[in-house]
Order: sequence, then C-alpha cells, then structure tokens
Amino acid sequence: MKAAVIVFPGSNCDQDMFYAIKEGLGEEVEYVWHTETSLDGFDAVLIPGGFSYGDYLRSGAIARFANIMPAVIQAAKEGKPVLGVCNGFQILLEAGLLPGAMLRNRDLKFICETVPLKVVNPNTQFTSEYKQDEIIQIPIAHGEGNYYCNEETLAELKANNQIVFTYDSQNPNGSLADIAGIVNKEGNVLGMMPHPERAADLVLGNDDGLKLFQSILKHWRDYHAAYTS
Amino acid sequence: MKKVKVFITLKESVLDPQGQAVKESLHNMDYKNVNDVRIGKYIELEIEDSANLHQQIEELCDKMLANTVIENYRYEVLEEVQS
Repeated sequence: MKAAVIVFPGSNCDQDMFYAIKEGLGEEVEYVWHTETSLDGFDAVLIPGGFSYGDYLRSGAIARFANIMPAVIQAAKEGKPVLGVCNGFQILLEAGLLPGAMLRNRDLKFICETVPLKVVNPNTQFTSEYKQDEIIQIPIAHGEGNYYCNEETLAELKANNQIVFTYDSQNPNGSLADIAGIVNKEGNVLGMMPHPERAADLVLGNDDGLKLFQSILKHWRDYHAAYTS
Repeated sequence: MKKVKVFITLKESVLDPQGQAVKESLHNMDYKNVNDVRIGKYIELEIEDSANLHQQIEELCDKMLANTVIENYRYEVLEEVQS
C-alpha cells in the first residue's frame, strides 16, 4: 500500500502520520505538498493535523481550496480511503466531503490531553481491527473540535451508522452527540479530532491508534487481493 | 471600484460560547441590561464593479468567506472608492 500525507503550510502532524505508515505498518508513504495536483499511484490519502494557513478565516477554510484538493476529492470519489485527523477533519468538513462544521470548544480552551474514545462502529475500513464499543485512549489537541450539524444531518449520521468514534464518559469540547469521528455515507472518508498517529507506537507509551492504520491496510489488502485475483 | 462590507454571524441555532463569556463579563461589570452578545466577523472587500457584482459577492461568501452550515452573512455595497 502506498499512502500520501498531504502537507499544507502550517501542518504539524505530518511526520507522525508518515511514521505511523512507514514504521507502524512498514508500508510505503510519501509527503505530497499542497501545490501538487495529482494523487495518481496512491492507495490512501492522509490529511494531517496542524494549523493550515494559520487557521485564518476558519480552520480549514483556506486549505480547502489548495491546488491538491481536487485530487483529494477525486480520490474520495474513487473510493480510496481518505483520513483527516484534527485540522484534516476540519478541512474535510470545509471541502464538503463530510457533513457538518466545527465550532470553538465549549469552554473556549485549547485542550491537549489523552481521552477515552468508544469505537461505536467497528464495521468500517478504518476500524475493523477494533471491537464493538471498545474503549481506546487517544490524545486530542484542538481549540475547535466542537462538532456541529443540524438535526436532519444528525439523524442521517445515526441512521447510516456514520458515527464511528464518540467521547466516552466525558465530552471534552461540547461536540454534538459526543461525536469524535464520522465517516461519509460510502464509508471511505473518515474525519476525527483525536490523533491516532500520536498513539501508534509503544515507545510513546500507547499504541491504541495503530489498529486504525492496520484496519486501512487490511482493507486495502482484502480489496487488492479480490481485485487482482 | 466598489467597497463591500461583509458581516458574518453565527446562526441563531448555534451556541456562541465567546459571546456568552463576554455577556457574563459585562454582567459582572454591572451592565445587567445586556441581554445577549453574539460575536461575528467583519470583512472589507474592494472589488472591480461588474454587471453581476451581487452574484459574485454571494458566490464568494457561500464558497469561502462564510460557512453556511453554522454562519449567516449579509453585505453592503458602498459607492465608488478611489483606487
């Protein structure tokens, strides 16, 4: 599997994402600068966290129009896995690849801590290595992670099982329905505020996030094997 | 050249924690008659005039300046400005 890590001016989790694929999975990975226009040859697209364009205007509002974004949208339409973490999630929302928007955290603070997440949908290509309702510890680091959408959209998210991760026990940012991560209807685009790439190696004391990347790889292998045989 | 003033506010249905914090502070300062505070954004544009100016302004507001999932916007077009 060959993954692309998209890098914007202001991205700061790109190296962790790169490391998770290269060292965590032992798979191929390349950085793709935001001025590029093609993602041909890549099997997965990873949009890392950070503060693209300094979060000017709104988080993700400017990155959403970067030169690389039509290729990201194209990859999503082709059914390739697209993962957006933190600022990456915000960019996917702004791009309309996922429904809803981000508000400032309920308490207006930037929150940086490890929180328990519940895997409410393990039947996605990003979570198949987790068990139903498994509790995992994943770090969050954001000021605008207060997920919001209207009632119709929330009903749709629930009806289609698009809510993948929720905050367990305590909601840190005030997000609607305790939402920490959602997928699109097709299930190949995941956006999440917590950082699995920061919890992907036991050297750092926690590898609860590694299974997310292993799930992507497993799906790719299954799909690839079915496709080539 | 026209000057355009764009005002962006959070929708009524969206809680504004910044506005709430400012309101609380104003109450603490004894301005008890302040019933609500909503914080928004103000953007000034200078645009070359065209026949479809309004259409263009709405388009760039919808696409980029405002996120219509959570925000409303309104704008005013001012008379010619010296460029």
